[in-house]
Formats: sequence, structure tokens, C-alpha cells
Amino acid sequence: MEPIYLDNNATTRVDPVTVEAMLPFFTEHFGNPSSIHAFGSQVGKSLKLARQQIQALLGAEHDSEIIFTSCGTESDSTAILSALKAQPERNTVITTMVEHPAILTLCEWLEKEGYIVHKLKVDKKGRIDMDEYKSLLHDRVAIVSAMWANNETGTLFPVEEMAGLAAARGIMFHTDAVQAVGKIPMNLKDSKIDMLSLSGHKLHAPKGIGVLYLRRGCRFRPLLRGGHQERGRRAGTENAPAIVALGKAAELAMEHLEFENTEVRRLRDKLEKGILARVTHAFVTGDPANRLPNTCNIAFEYVEGEAILLLLNKAGIAASSGSACTSGSLEPSHVMRAMGIPYTAAHGTIRFSLSRYTTEAEVDRVIEAVPPIIAQLRKLSPYWTEKGPLAHPEQAFAPAYA
Amino acid sequence: MWEYSDKVREHFFNPRNSGPLEEANGIGDVGSIQCGDALRLMLKVDPETEVIQDAHFQTFGCGSAIASSSALTEIIKGMTLDEALQVSNQNIADYLDGLPPEKMHCSVMGREALQAAIANYRGEVWSDDHEEGALICKCFAIDAVMIEDVVKANNLNTVEEVTFYTKAGGGCTSCHEGIEEILARVKSERAGPGETSPPRQQTGTPAQTAAPATAATAATAATAATPAAPKARLTSVQRIKRIEEVLESVRPMLQRDHGDVDLVEVQGKMIYVSLKGACSGCMMEAATLGGIQQKMIEALGELVQVLPVSYMPVEA
Ligand SMILES: Cc1ncc(COP(=O)(O)O)c(C=O)c1O
Ligand code: FES
Repeated sequence: MEPIYLDNNATTRVDPVTVEAMLPFFTEHFGNPSSIHAFGSQVGKSLKLARQQIQALLGAEHDSEIIFTSCGTESDSTAILSALKAQPERNTVITTMVEHPAILTLCEWLEKEGYIVHKLKVDKKGRIDMDEYKSLLHDRVAIVSAMWANNETGTLFPVEEMAGLAAARGIMFHTDAVQAVGKIPMNLKDSKIDMLSLSGHKLHAPKGIGVLYLRRGCRFRPLLRGGHQERGRRAGTENAPAIVALGKAAELAMEHLEFENTEVRRLRDKLEKGILARVTHAFVTGDPANRLPNTCNIAFEYVEGEAILLLLNKAGIAASSGSACTSGSLEPSHVMRAMGIPYTAAHGTIRFSLSRYTTEAEVDRVIEAVPPIIAQLRKLSPYWTEKGPLAHPEQAFAPAYA
Repeated sequence: MWEYSDKVREHFFNPRNSGPLEEANGIGDVGSIQCGDALRLMLKVDPETEVIQDAHFQTFGCGSAIASSSALTEIIKGMTLDEALQVSNQNIADYLDGLPPEKMHCSVMGREALQAAIANYRGEVWSDDHEEGALICKCFAIDAVMIEDVVKANNLNTVEEVTFYTKAGGGCTSCHEGIEEILARVKSERAGPGETSPPRQQTGTPAQTAAPATAATAATAATAATPAAPKARLTSVQRIKRIEEVLESVRPMLQRDHGDVDLVEVQGKMIYVSLKGACSGCMMEAATLGGIQQKMIEALGELVQVLPVSYMPVEA
């Protein structure tokens, strides 16, 4: 039985066309693009093409606004640290409770260093309160960083509107668009977004390549200083094969944008409805009306996520979970906690993330496979009886400590 | 994700003895759904012989929680209650051919459910002050609560001391930042107002304040040296003398292997020695120095480090 991959928000498979495009850059076109000789100049031309392909996908005004980095995390760190370094008179960062650790862990560290970090709360559907946001925009804020799409639930933040509000107060705006790029249309030149992070491996390019979009004119301080690569904004010899691949992947993503928002969305909806029709005590987390077309996050009550994943894996299905046990921490995912998902469900959230390679037959198989797995685990659970969940789980189950 | 052993996988996919046990006369509940782990252990005990005739479980939890529960029921069936009480969480982990460090708490939960179920059968009240924190040191499976308790009980100040007492930080060293954060937090609490413990001496090396206050806490954690409290501070001459005495005491052993040791320099708590002959440079060097260090700590009543002379900082 062919395995089914529904974990595309974790990472994606590289398109064979993209692999083909990058391979010559390991062998015949191995030159350093900075060199004068012929070995280098061919590479330089290919990097320029890649820059333009990404510019087109983002709807950026200039190709020089594209800075290649090593990953989404590097882009995120570069953006926030640059804003703080370039504006020493500003000491505050505004972000949200549900960002990826690439932002949150950095912000925790900044707090220890004495900066002030405001994390916007979200409601039970994962939406921020725009009034709270507006009230926090003041002239000590160096940068606002809000993700375009949430990696766990796919919920979209109104980043263009948020960027406009920040710009009106003279505040820089960054968005971690690692999950959004290639899945929804973008037109940065018509927005007030100053910086944007993307990561190759989330859009069918290789791992270890990312981009920081930097609006022309936005004040900037590099993270890595050294050679003049990327116009001195990110030193280090370019990862030419990966950059070429990312360019190709951006071109393919552009071609499939329509497909992503029709066919992939249809399959995602079918999967979600199919599972919810067959499993009781399960619900969608996040904001179903406003999310990425490929992502569906379902909370299964009274079962634990890692156990579900192990059984899915045995059935040849790959997905992921916000359960504490999969991360080695004691708490379920910070995203689920921020949304106030009840504890009966927070440990049992499963994310299915599709791609343009997902087929109808695969979706059908997953719809069949999930219900018996949940039933099997509920049978083991002390909170579940043949008739359904215990009415008062806390009373029926009386631990000596909790 | 995790590297689960085949045995863990097997017990997870085919759990033994799951589901309610109608004739149970001893039931132990531990954990809760909030924590993501909850286990109910049900025992059927023969009142005449106190033999566990049957054992069932119901578990809400991850793969290793379910596997640990299943393993536990298999281990204890047929045992008397007194025998069952001898089962440790390590026995459960061993039965499953090991658990990842992040998952050792699943076996601890199994052991606690067992104690709770036996207490329930005997009509006793079982309670546990069990508290668990975020895993800090993956090499030795040591969590934040354990480190914090030991730091407080023994007035520890450095990562090195934490390693002496708990092992945490003694492997790959990547958890040192986390340990430093705990130390800083405890330190700021100590310095805070309403301080009840006597203020730390400000003189001397920080290591000298490290007297094992509660032997029990230290003993559970430390397999490394627990230094004896010095009766009074040694003068530097007395200190050097003691160091020489320790070296004297190990010398015959080294000479038997055609080696020798000399004291080169003492800088604070760093003791630099030169090892000669067969033991220098060989694999045995580290072990030899480790042994000497242990003796030094005991003789001096403070935490010191014994290093080869090649580690001595070069004067500018
Ligand atoms: C929203 C978001 N930001 C940042 C990252 C990190 O990207 P990278 O793995 O390229 O550093 C991820 C990937 O998991 C992500 O989902
Ligand atoms: S994680 Fe603590 S020493 Fe390796």
C-alpha cells in the first residue's frame, strides 16, 4: 500500500521538474557567482532569474527586494533584529500568541535582553482583536510581526490591513508567510508590508533555502556581515542549486495557485466533512471560514494525539499533532492553548495538510482509516464508556494526584 | 519522532489486559486529562494469598503511556502484593527494552498507579507529592523541578555543581543554558525580600557554600560526589597540604603502573597536576584524574576540578 503524505505544512516533496533544474548547479555550473570567469557568470544569470521568479510570486515591485537566506527561521530573526538595531530608540515588538517558535523563542530571548514584547491574544477561532492591536501601536514600537497563515490551523491573519495600520503610525511591519506563500495570491507592491519571510521547503523546493523580502527603502541592518553577496545584506556564498530550485518552485506554485484554491480546497473539505460525519466528539479548530486551502486541524476529544499518529502511521498515513507528547513538552501546543481549546480535546488535535499531489483516492482512504483508530483508542481511555464520554470525567476518574 | 523499541510498539499496537475489570478489588487512578496522561490500574487480588490474579488498565495517553500500562499488567500478574511493590519504573522501562528520556515519566506513572491500586486494596490512602517539570537534560532525563529542588536544597550556584549533584549537564552539555536559567531564577528568589534562609557567605569560592543540606534529596539525584561540609575554612597552606596528601595516597597505585603524579599549580578550585609515565595521554588519564578529583573533593570538603597541566591558562 502506497503511503499517504498529509503533512505538507511540515515539509513538502520537491517537484521532479525542480530537481532537474537544480542538478546542473552541482556539476557543470558549480562556479561561484561572484567570479569574473565563465564558470561564475552563468550561475549569476540563473540566480537573477530565480530572483525574478520569486518576485513574481510575491508581487514585489523590484527583484532586488528579494534576499536569499538559509531558511524561514533565519529570515524571521533577520527581520526582527534588523528593526531593533536600525531603530535603537524603539524597544517594543508586537507579535501574537500563536506565532511559530521561530518568532516566539526569539521574542522570549529579547524579553530577557530587556526589550518589551506584546503578544496579541486570539479568540477561540484564533482571530486577533483589531482594537487591541490598534491600541498598542505607539512610537516606541520598532516592529510588528504577525504570521500570514498559522502553521497548525491554517487560520489567516489580516496582515495587509495590519500593515496599513502600522504604516500609518510609522511602524515597520513583518509577516512570517512561510505557510502562506504559494497557497494564496499575494501582491506585495500594493501592500504596506515591509518584510516577509518564506521558506523553500514548504513550497516544493529543497530544505535550507529561504527568502527575506525587504521593501525598498525600509531601513535594514544585516544579521550576517561579510562578503558583498545579496548587496551586503546577507553575506555568505549563495546556495546556488537551492536558489535555482526555489525560483523554479515559485514559478510552479504560481501556475498552480488556482488549482490550490479549487481542487486542493475541495479535497480538504471532503476529508474534513468525511471524518466529522463518521466520528463523534470531534471538531475543527481555528477559523474554518478564513484559512489556507490545504490545512485542516481536527480535535478528537478523549484521545491523545501521539497515539493517533502512531496508529495512522501504521495505516500508512502521515499527519501531525499539537499534542504535548509529540514535542516532548508537558503542555499541548501553544496555539491550542491560546485559542482556549478545552483540555478534553487539546491533547488530541491532528493536522492534516494536503498538497497539489494529494489524490481523491488518498482522501477516501484516510476517511475510512480514521474512525476505527479513534474508536480503538477511546476504548482504552478511562474517560470513555460504550455510551460515549463520561458525564463528569473528573468525578468518575479520581486520581490521587493530578 | 521518537525511537520506540519494537517491544514498545508491539505493546502499543496490541495492548494486553486493556479495558475495565469487573471483579477488581483494588483500583489506582493517577494523572489527569489536563496533563495529557491518565492511567487507571485495576487489580483482582486473592484475599487469602494476596496474589494478583488479574490486572487490567485503561489509559489516556501517548504510545509509551499505553505500552507502559500494558507492560505493567503483564509484569505484576501472578505476583504477591509485596512482590509487586518491589517493581520499579526502571523495571517497566527495561521490560519494554527502554524508553526515550522524554518518556520515562510514563513508566513512573505506571509505578505510581500500582502503589495507588495496592493502597486502595488495603484500604490505605495513597498520596504522592509527585511533581514534574519540563525536561531540561535529555542525556540524563532530568527535569526542571528536580534541578530546582536540588539547587535550593544544596545552595548550588554553578552548572558544574548541578552536574555533580544531579548529573544534568554532564553529557552533551547542550542543556547548560537551561540550567543557568534555573540557577539565575533561584538566585533572584534567594535575593528577594522576605528571605528566610541565612544569607550566603560572600567570601570564599562559591563552591564552599555547597554543603549537602538534605542528604535525601541529594542522594536520590547524585551518584557523583557529595562533599562533606568543611568544619572550618582551610588556610591556603592547609589546603595545599591536603592536596599533597591526596596525591601521596594515590601515588603508590600509579607507580605500580609505572606512572606518577605531581602538583603543578592551584588556582582557586582548579588543581593542575602533571601525570607521568604510562598513564599520561592514554585513555586512562581521564579516569585517573576523575578518581583523584573525587578524593580531593572528599578531603577538602569543597568542589574542585583536577585537570592536566596542559589545561592551565597561559599567562599573557
Ligand atoms: C510559520 C512558520 N514559520 C517559520 C518556520 C520555519 O521555517 P524553516 O524550517 O525554513 O526555518 C516554519 C516551519 O515549520 C513555519 O511553519
Ligand atoms: S542534554 Fe544535558 S548533558 Fe546532554
